[in-house]
Amino acid sequence: MIVGAIGLVYAFIAAPDTIEDVKEMMAADEHHGSEDVAVVENDIHLANPEHAEDEHIIAEEHAGEDAQGEMAHGEEAGHDNEHYEHLLHQLQNKPWAAVYVAAFFFFMIALGTMAFYAIQQASQAGWSPVLFRVMDGITAYLLPGSIIMFILLALSGMHLNHLFIWMDPEVVAHDELIQNKTAYLNVPFLLIRAAIYIAGWNIFRYLIRRNSLRLDEATDDRLHKTNFKLAAGFLVFFLVSESMMSWDWIMSVDPHWFSTLFGWYVFASMIVSAVTMIALVTIYLKSRGFLEYVNDSHIHDLAKFMFGFSIFWTYLWFSQFMLIWYSNIPEEVTYFITRIDDYTLPFFGMVVMNFVFPVLLLMNSDYKRLNLFVIMAGIIILCGHYLDIFVMIMPSTVGESWFIGIPEISALLMFAGLFVFIVFSGLTKAPLLPKRNPFIKESKHFHY
Amino acid sequence: MASKVIHAIYTDDDLLLQAVKQVRDARYHIAEIYSPFPVHGLDKAMGLEPTRLAIASFIYGLIGLSVAIVMMNFIMIEDWPQDIGGKPSFSFLQNLPAFVPIIFELTVFFAAHLMVITFYMRSKLWPFKAAENPDVRTTDDHFLMEIDASNHSVEELSKFLYDTGALEIKLIEN
Repeated sequence: MIVGAIGLVYAFIAAPDTIEDVKEMMAADEHHGSEDVAVVENDIHLANPEHAEDEHIIAEEHAGEDAQGEMAHGEEAGHDNEHYEHLLHQLQNKPWAAVYVAAFFFFMIALGTMAFYAIQQASQAGWSPVLFRVMDGITAYLLPGSIIMFILLALSGMHLNHLFIWMDPEVVAHDELIQNKTAYLNVPFLLIRAAIYIAGWNIFRYLIRRNSLRLDEATDDRLHKTNFKLAAGFLVFFLVSESMMSWDWIMSVDPHWFSTLFGWYVFASMIVSAVTMIALVTIYLKSRGFLEYVNDSHIHDLAKFMFGFSIFWTYLWFSQFMLIWYSNIPEEVTYFITRIDDYTLPFFGMVVMNFVFPVLLLMNSDYKRLNLFVIMAGIIILCGHYLDIFVMIMPSTVGESWFIGIPEISALLMFAGLFVFIVFSGLTKAPLLPKRNPFIKESKHFHY
Repeated sequence: MASKVIHAIYTDDDLLLQAVKQVRDARYHIAEIYSPFPVHGLDKAMGLEPTRLAIASFIYGLIGLSVAIVMMNFIMIEDWPQDIGGKPSFSFLQNLPAFVPIIFELTVFFAAHLMVITFYMRSKLWPFKAAENPDVRTTDDHFLMEIDASNHSVEELSKFLYDTGALEIKLIEN
């Protein structure tokens, strides 16, 4: 109501544009995929990327030679059909994977915001209540986002795409490692688990939101205490379910590989993107004249969280990377070998974007109060974490055929549009100040 | 030059903060404040310059970073090349992940220790130095504000300080 038209108009402009855009793109891309393969078949410009394991050396010897394609063709004639089929699958996976990455990225922001919100509630934080409705607005995307994720998983389960190779009975039949995991990794159980997580998160979100709205009209603080308990309960449920969600939805695209740290690692990505999104939305609303009680100390605190969680993310990323790199166990290290060999730029690029930039931009205490710096760092962090998810999903789904092109960007734009639309219409549904929150006075006068 | 200072003792940090603001508004000069613990916001209220310790610390961190890099390169690559993690590449960059923890630790080590030493030097503290605070109670639960009284009427100033909530007011001449 208070936020009013501006946010909505902005969202409307952003959303339809991109949704239509991406629908066209998706349609075009399906053709594109097959065309690409045809082109490849004629030109043979990619010698043999996917038999990298056994033919890597040959390919390297030929690298740089112009006649590479033909020579490789001669040698590898037997492999070619198999290879093109593989490549075709990868290219068919590509738009799906692009949608999946973008859908997960924005879903993750909403979920991370919910976690951050619950932390604020459970810790009885005094500085943040003026931002609660902003967080509420962002978590409005949790329901649509998680439903989209569920639909995508269900579609994979129906074999409309090959994102998860363990869902393919043929692959499983020839793969002993996956066979041993079928008790856990099977489509019905995956969907049941997903349904449980999603139901749990959304019920908690619904109850906390409802209580927070009712508290505005209430005469005592009873609902505040209820919310405190709910938030604590949510955090317990969240930490378990988030970890399992990250195994199910991300780690299982590469079913041979495992990392015990993975849940935390995804969580770090999630929370830093969420805090960044809260900061960006807050700054945007503030610049439009809403949120009159938000001062630069609140921004400062959010920026501190961005800074801290960026370092936390790097810490977890490095912990995972260094142990696997050092021990060099083949079944584990393949994960990083594909990423470093085939994804050199995004893999190292995201580390730079997620660590070096936030550290240098946000280290100075005064810069954390300047909207310009927070926005700059925020945009870099969000792009960096999109890349992070990209690098988690893509190598196992599209292999070397990756490219951040039209499908990726338009999928990202579509979900960005949807996200912005839902978040800003969520923001309009309630006054932006939770006026009966017992800490609201402290928060209004928060000054560092 | 005969200098006169007034020592005003407060018993509460909020009261002290309030008094500092009043004293400064009345254009008296606060020479020093002795407090048993850091009072949040006191530096701003007293109008002290922001600390430059953060900049120093950043520079120390960079020194630590470079020392660690040079050291690891010399020890593990140049002087006695080591086979790290079964990867005998003998290249600094390729073995960098193994050095990162050390580089990180030394960065922190340099920043922390040099920062503390700088702080001690800057505040003229060293072992066995005689304590400077004029009243032992400032190490327990009292706050002492030292106000320059050379150019003011002592009567008036005392009255003023009494109104700001000072518990004890003492004139020190030396």
